[in-house]
Amino acid sequence: MLKSKMGSVPFLVWSIIFIMVPLGLVLWYSFTAKDTGEFTPENIFRIGNYSSIFLKSINLALIATVICLVLAYPFAWMLSRAEAHKQGIMMMLVMLPMWMNFLLRTYGWMTLIENEGIINKMFGFIGLGPFEMINTQGAVVLGMVYNYLPFMITPLHSVMVKIDRSTIEAAQDLGAGFWQVLFRVQLPLSLPGIISGITMVFVPSVSTFIISKMLGGGSNMLIGDLIEQQFLGSTYNPYLGSAISLILMVIMLLLMGIMNAFDDDEMQGMVM
Amino acid sequence: MRKWIKCITSVVLAAVLVISVLPVSAADKKEVLRVYNWGEYISTGEDGGMDVIAEFERTHPGVDVEYTTFASNEEMYAKIRSGSANYDIVIPSDYMISRMSAEGMLSKLNFDNIPNYSYIDNTFKNAAYDLENQYSVPYTWGTVGIVYNKTKVKEEITSWSALWDKEYSGKVLMFDNPRDAFAIAFARLGYNINTTDEAQMVDAANLLIEQKDVLQAYVMDQIFNKMESNEAWIAPYYAGDATVMIDENPDLAFVVPKEGSNIFIDGMCVLETSKQKALAEEFINFMCSPEIMAENISYIGYSSPSTAAKELLDEEMKNSKIAYPPQEIVEKCEYFVNLPEEANEKMENYWISIKASDGKTTLSVEDDNWQFWVVLGLIIAVCIFLNIWIRVRKKKTIEEY
Repeated sequence: MLKSKMGSVPFLVWSIIFIMVPLGLVLWYSFTAKDTGEFTPENIFRIGNYSSIFLKSINLALIATVICLVLAYPFAWMLSRAEAHKQGIMMMLVMLPMWMNFLLRTYGWMTLIENEGIINKMFGFIGLGPFEMINTQGAVVLGMVYNYLPFMITPLHSVMVKIDRSTIEAAQDLGAGFWQVLFRVQLPLSLPGIISGITMVFVPSVSTFIISKMLGGGSNMLIGDLIEQQFLGSTYNPYLGSAISLILMVIMLLLMGIMNAFDDDEMQGMVM
Repeated sequence: MRKWIKCITSVVLAAVLVISVLPVSAADKKEVLRVYNWGEYISTGEDGGMDVIAEFERTHPGVDVEYTTFASNEEMYAKIRSGSANYDIVIPSDYMISRMSAEGMLSKLNFDNIPNYSYIDNTFKNAAYDLENQYSVPYTWGTVGIVYNKTKVKEEITSWSALWDKEYSGKVLMFDNPRDAFAIAFARLGYNINTTDEAQMVDAANLLIEQKDVLQAYVMDQIFNKMESNEAWIAPYYAGDATVMIDENPDLAFVVPKEGSNIFIDGMCVLETSKQKALAEEFINFMCSPEIMAENISYIGYSSPSTAAKELLDEEMKNSKIAYPPQEIVEKCEYFVNLPEEANEKMENYWISIKASDGKTTLSVEDDNWQFWVVLGLIIAVCIFLNIWIRVRKKKTIEEY
């Protein structure tokens, strides 16, 4: 008993300093008045002004997550059924863009989808367009999907490789069609991967600020931008900023709670 | 024995964790001077000019300059205010200098250490933001105007209303910071650019919302790319940067609109928290010497506050109408002053509403926010309900088996 306790001390210290204390600080700041430093719920009440931003962020992040799932699921499935050495190469190709700086990747999309950009120039050659792609909500969703798709593929793949081929064969032998196999065997078995994939895409999407700034033209403001403005804006109001991120955390916690409820037995606490 | 090894390892690991968080004591003997400046705002020697910082390090052996940049006054202010970074020298704009000095963030300069201050023109001394000349030494100055593409925009632009022109819909850019954006709206409405009147602010905010229809994007430094590549045609920006853009794309032109505009001075200041004020003043003195200032100005394209330095520039820059506009234009321009905290906050809030708006709804002085709480309450209720419902259903199915 003692042995295992001693071994975990560094991690305990680490998580207290870098996880518990910052969380406590966010909580403390959220309920502190800007000028007097006294306890106040004022910051939380002020968030009501920004409801449209909250709804928009959650909406866009949900769309991006669904698109990621639809794209990643068949891909991850095919990947997991491929030969082992091919899987390694394919996984590397999926992760390859991630080695490049996040900002640079998003910047690349900017020059691609601009009105004078490469894609519109190509459309111009065949007499189409120009289409307005950048500075729209669609561009923001595109940025999220592109940047976070690997986060969906990786957990799906790692769960799917563990699914025994014989379970599928057994279902087929017992007369299940394609859809039945998909919905009654494949999906339930890959549920843990789906859930952690959704979490890993949704959470960064809902709080991103640089994607909306670069691809949304600054007028598609998301919660991330709002928080950034509180910490790097002229009013410099970390109290309101903390309150906003607190509310965001509560919303995410609730959403994750639902996700977890779907899959309580298989993977307790893996998501949260 | 094994047990002991494990114990020791974990203690060492814990110690490493703690130590890594503590500040590292500088064993280095080199003095470090931390300079915090705007992006693209110092001569780096790229165009064959002088690398100003390397030159300072060469003439002052034993000094290491750590140079960092920011994108807006507000970003710089927030970073210093939060205490997360230590700098010796900052180069904010006029209104930010007055705000920071009022809040005691700037140190009073010892002008005995800055003899080159005498080269700075008297017109830039004792300005409204630093009346007694205690805190700052002018670095550059300039005006705000409209940069536009002469080949795409047929008529000659003379007014801020061009930024609202439906004909150029989707080709117009706008400042991505509240102070500059509001100043343009105020100027167009004929208000003072330093107004704190809430009704006037609402008017300006509604004007800015109306502008979203024709706007391509809110940008700061991205403007260089977008204007040089013809992605956008009309944009408000600073005169000095306009010079740089015109160098890259000769189709561009710059004009200070007839309604008047903002004139600004960026000044070098020493922070109160600096531990090496004398060295910082030495740096400021170095930057003020006419040769260095001329090198610097010819790279960054802004206007020189020192005639001695201006005389050293090449003919084209010296006679530039953009950098050194005629007196009648300067007279129409106003300096920003520091707004009271409350006005700043209001402006920032309206700015967020502007950016979040769909371009159709108009703002009024007071905003109602009960819908948000209804929606949030509903979301929470639905979440909790779903959570319980799923768990209960699950239990049932398990029991059925």
